[in-house]
Amino acid sequence: MLSIVEIDYGTPKSTSGTMVELDIDGRSVCVPEGTSVLRAAAQAGIAIPKLCATEMLDAFGSCRLCLVEIEGRKGYPASCTTLVSAGMKVNTQTPKLAEIRRGVMELYISDHPLDCLTCPANGHCELQDMAGVVGLREVRYGYDGANHVHPEIDMEKSGYGWTALGADDQGRSPKTVPNPLFVGKDESNPYFAFDPSKCIVCSRCVRACEEVQGTFALTIQGRGFDSKVAASQDNRFLDSECVSCGACVQACPTATLSEKSLIDKGQAEHSVVTTCAYCGVGCSFRAEMKGQEVMRMVPNKDGQANHGHSCVKGRFAIGYATHPDRITTPMIRARISDPWRVVTWEEAIAHVASEFKRIQARYGKHAIGGITSSRCTNEETYLVQKLVRAGFGNNNVDTCARVCHSPTGYGLKSTMGESAGTQDFDSIESTEVVLVIGANPTDAHPVFGSQMKRRLRAGARLIVIDPRRIDLVRTPHVQADYHLKLRPGTNVAMLNSLAHVIVTEGLLDEDFVARRCEPEPFARWRALVAQDKYSPEAMESVTGVPAEMVRDAARLYATGGNAAIYYGLGVTEHAQGSTAVMGIANLAMATGNIGRKGVGVNPLRGQNNVQGSCDMGSFPHEFTAYRHVGDDAVRHSFEQAWGVTLLAEPGLRIPNMFEAALDGSFKGVYIEGEDIAQSDPDTQHVTAALTAMECIVVQDLFLNETAKFAHVFLPGSSFLEKDGTFTNAERRVSRVRKVMDPKGGYADWEITQLLAQAMGYPMHYTHASEIMDEIAALTPTFHGISFDKIDELGSIQWPCNEEHPLGTPVMHVDEFVRGKGHFMLTEYVPTSEKVSTEYPLILTTGRILSQYNVGAQTRRTANVMWHDEDRLEIHPHDAEERGIAEGDWVGIVSRAGDTVLRAMISERMQPGVVYTTFHFPGSGANVITTENSDWATNCPEYKVTAVQVTRVNQPSEWQKRHRAFTETQEALLEQSVKPA
Amino acid sequence: MRIERLVTMANDIATYFQAEPDHTVAVNGVRDHLTRFWDPVMRRQLKAYLGEGGDDLLPLAREAVAALTLPPADAT
Repeated sequence: MLSIVEIDYGTPKSTSGTMVELDIDGRSVCVPEGTSVLRAAAQAGIAIPKLCATEMLDAFGSCRLCLVEIEGRKGYPASCTTLVSAGMKVNTQTPKLAEIRRGVMELYISDHPLDCLTCPANGHCELQDMAGVVGLREVRYGYDGANHVHPEIDMEKSGYGWTALGADDQGRSPKTVPNPLFVGKDESNPYFAFDPSKCIVCSRCVRACEEVQGTFALTIQGRGFDSKVAASQDNRFLDSECVSCGACVQACPTATLSEKSLIDKGQAEHSVVTTCAYCGVGCSFRAEMKGQEVMRMVPNKDGQANHGHSCVKGRFAIGYATHPDRITTPMIRARISDPWRVVTWEEAIAHVASEFKRIQARYGKHAIGGITSSRCTNEETYLVQKLVRAGFGNNNVDTCARVCHSPTGYGLKSTMGESAGTQDFDSIESTEVVLVIGANPTDAHPVFGSQMKRRLRAGARLIVIDPRRIDLVRTPHVQADYHLKLRPGTNVAMLNSLAHVIVTEGLLDEDFVARRCEPEPFARWRALVAQDKYSPEAMESVTGVPAEMVRDAARLYATGGNAAIYYGLGVTEHAQGSTAVMGIANLAMATGNIGRKGVGVNPLRGQNNVQGSCDMGSFPHEFTAYRHVGDDAVRHSFEQAWGVTLLAEPGLRIPNMFEAALDGSFKGVYIEGEDIAQSDPDTQHVTAALTAMECIVVQDLFLNETAKFAHVFLPGSSFLEKDGTFTNAERRVSRVRKVMDPKGGYADWEITQLLAQAMGYPMHYTHASEIMDEIAALTPTFHGISFDKIDELGSIQWPCNEEHPLGTPVMHVDEFVRGKGHFMLTEYVPTSEKVSTEYPLILTTGRILSQYNVGAQTRRTANVMWHDEDRLEIHPHDAEERGIAEGDWVGIVSRAGDTVLRAMISERMQPGVVYTTFHFPGSGANVITTENSDWATNCPEYKVTAVQVTRVNQPSEWQKRHRAFTETQEALLEQSVKPA
Repeated sequence: MRIERLVTMANDIATYFQAEPDHTVAVNGVRDHLTRFWDPVMRRQLKAYLGEGGDDLLPLAREAVAALTLPPADAT
């Protein structure tokens, strides 16, 4: 069912700039060339009946309802497949058309249940609407003939030879027989039901799966009246290739595919546009509401990042927001071995302020700090860093981008002058060569992954650089031209090899480099990568990739037309993460693939607000927009606005905080939305640091892994409970809008404000918009951004200021932000994390479609039906060598620790490399990862850990301790003392 | 903080700048990186380590740490 408020214009919008004038029902209509007659009429307010048409899909022309008469043309063309032409005269309402449409509807309704009043789509069913529109008053064929509606056939009432079908051995016919065309409901998917008896075989679901999602899981099986929708090989939806994105459910004009929430609770009465709280695509949704209850999430077709599409997480996995595990009252305790004591907000805030002041008085002002998450809004992260800098009086503030995209900030700032991706997502529509390195868009950024697949199906070429065969390498109607299956840890070697080919085979865009880049750094880089040691042949033994394939890929990237690089954590989470980012920027500059649509360097951000949390001054060394605390002019502007003196020296990064905690100099921390005990590497080191602290304050939805070490718990608010903004991977600032009251009583920014006040630093915001106003006033790239402006434009890509009043879809157009592009040196330095006879395999980590980050949200939804435990993917060769079978428990031992997971044997892996996800705390994936980190930013080297894998029959010692600790903490939560 | 961890981190930075052909630029690169991104406490600890011999620092890191100017205590 479409959104309850959106108007469906029937066919996609034309982007042509040429206008065409025509006449529809005597009205002059002017629309872009390429517009269908159906859409042209709809835009003019003339509704032509339709069923198989929807503007999310290409015109199909099957339902025969949208027929029109066009002067000078024979017959009755379908208006959805007929494009407008100048001077065309169209009649949408004639007696003949009315007769045809009634006849069509009569046939449809003869094979459709008449349970409208109890149907979940009642009132929003397009079939029901069309029956009314065409004036259907009778169905001459009756309802008892051949049909898909009834489980049994009444032999007396039916005709068409059914008697013979139902005859027994003696030739006697029973009164009823099973209907061979009837298919019962499929309720296997946790989020939606499939009721084939209501299907009109319009193919909208099948086309949505193909065109919008690109999974091709659905098909029309059979021919003629036998035609029916089937998932995969006529499987249940849950057992099929369906990825549960819900595009088919949204496209369905009847209740054949319906959200279970719609079936269970009925339809919404209002909707609010907001932004998804999951990945960095930042999809816009309409939260369809009944009072303060979310009935369903419908992707917003006007959403500029997602254009009406979504994934299984954003559309369906919101149950965590109302999950019983939510903690909605503040709690404190003296020691982590004590039961929690439920307290009032006043007591909790006063306690935190008192403890932080005590710690600062005893250990010094640097003994406390703050950590935010990319799950927080811009306004929240801004306010926490303000609290730390102005209220705590130090710069000990960091954000979880430390462990994901901090190298992006460093690498892109160094080369191009801005710590952000260069393009909008729609830029890919002009891309001819897509290079994906260290990213898995179909799992981690699924909606953009679908857009990428659409472009690839339309003919763009594809290079994938990844140790693992990600889905994109070969997916329906998409086949990578080159999959450079490199060894983990050799990205820089690979990037230098690609650069070597470009430099030595004369594939440079010399003109671009001469005009746009600094000559001397370019010359030094050119000399570096031109060395024989970086030839693909010389690097083959390092990367493991055949030299000729590397050469071919480099030639394609450099000469194949507009080439765009998309990368993810497979680039950044390495000892040379920043070097690799710089290597990527160098490649784009060397080939002139920067500064226009279709090209660029595009970091795919893991979480919804990675870009935003970095923009907001959450790193210890810089204020908003990446301006160093040592910059006197910048610092003075903040000092003036905030009314305090600020420090000019950087503070502690997250891993530095752990070290300082262990040496006794860092004793208190305010953590908003981040679960460092699960997400950060070398878990045992992290938990030792947490245990050494005196006041850990966790502000979150749940008692997460970190909160089990906390002394104060402050109940946070979900994205549905507050106002604010998120900034996605395209630098797109979108509104988060409150649709229900905060379960704990306060939005997160209000809690930070209370804490600031209690610490003696005044904050008096009355709405999140005022925080954004302050950000805009203090940040040149945000000068033009306000909540009102976002409401007006839908969303805004920064920079947005006097120079770019409507925002900036593509950066570095005429010159780089830093002026001239700067080629950084990218010497390959092998990681110190080596395989050995003791640790012969390389473990690399990643994500899966149905789960998100530490899983705090998705583990509390039905998404666990797809992924209920982290497993170790291992190549059949490595498995066989170790006697490991599918599903066996295996111990994974590294230099940092060990854990136990079940094995999943997979040819996605290359021999010598194993893989796992980290969505479940008990998996202990980060017990194994080491403290190795990026040289520039300390981003952990999650992607390379030397391990050994063996069959085992019991959990690891860490897992046993973790389980016991978790049980204890859960018991302490159960025993929490409530006020009398 | 564990001095061995700080030394490893400083050496990682120095290893990156070793590719720089101009030695002075390389030394300044390491020094500036430490100055821009490291908390003064860490810089002081590293400088003190160098004062005690700094055995495990790479040569480039040693030069850079020697060139570090530490902020006065009241400025931090």
